[in-house]
Amino acid sequence: MSTAAAKKPRPKYLSLSALLFEIRMPVTAWVSGMHRISGALLVFPLAAWLLYLLDMSLGSEQGYNHVRDVYFRHPVVKLGMLLFIWSYAHHFCAGIRFLLLDLNKGIEKGAAKTSSYVVFAVSVLITIYFGWRLW
Amino acid sequence: MVVNRVVVGAHYGLGNFIAQRVTALIMAVYSVIMLVVVMGGRPLNYAVWRDLFTLGWMRVATLLFAISLAWHAWIGVKEILIDYARPDSLRFALHVVFALIIAGYLGWTIQILWR
Repeated sequence: MSTAAAKKPRPKYLSLSALLFEIRMPVTAWVSGMHRISGALLVFPLAAWLLYLLDMSLGSEQGYNHVRDVYFRHPVVKLGMLLFIWSYAHHFCAGIRFLLLDLNKGIEKGAAKTSSYVVFAVSVLITIYFGWRLW
Repeated sequence: MVVNRVVVGAHYGLGNFIAQRVTALIMAVYSVIMLVVVMGGRPLNYAVWRDLFTLGWMRVATLLFAISLAWHAWIGVKEILIDYARPDSLRFALHVVFALIIAGYLGWTIQILWR
């Protein structure tokens, strides 16, 4: 073993700050991490919120109009919807990418990197489009 | 030397793996159909929105989506908790909390669809 390697303190535990500032993760890792974060956000609290909206909008005509004309006008609600749209779009796109990887499609390093950038780009474009429709 | 050994565990890994992907496909198809129906159909108002969810196939499709979501989310939640939730007692408590939340979602969805 080389002396340089022996001097490094081992094992090195990965803290959040190490992940964010010390270690430069490849874009493929970011897609994976964001898939997890968006999934967690969708389970809670976004699914509960969407069910609440579905309940209110299907419950009565007043409820529907309230959601459309009052609720969705609120900036915080719009930001929340943006978060939902991004989470859904990213989870969807990254999920399709993972399904293709399962089928051994695009598993070479270059293709995997390219598809990761595509996932980020497409999900952001979807978010911008629906955000624009919402505003 | 090759040793025949029993890998410990309940052997449900492959089942979870397949379930995660099948439910994902069901939800992906539903999402696209929903987007096409909502954006390609008549302009939305309460009557259009309500009538959409009284259609038999739409209710069944939405229920199928909700069941897929519950199953998919449960597997995902367990994956995340097993990575981060320590000690085991905390993880067990969070398992119970999320099982209740996900079951609650399913019940709520049925209540919304068939009221």
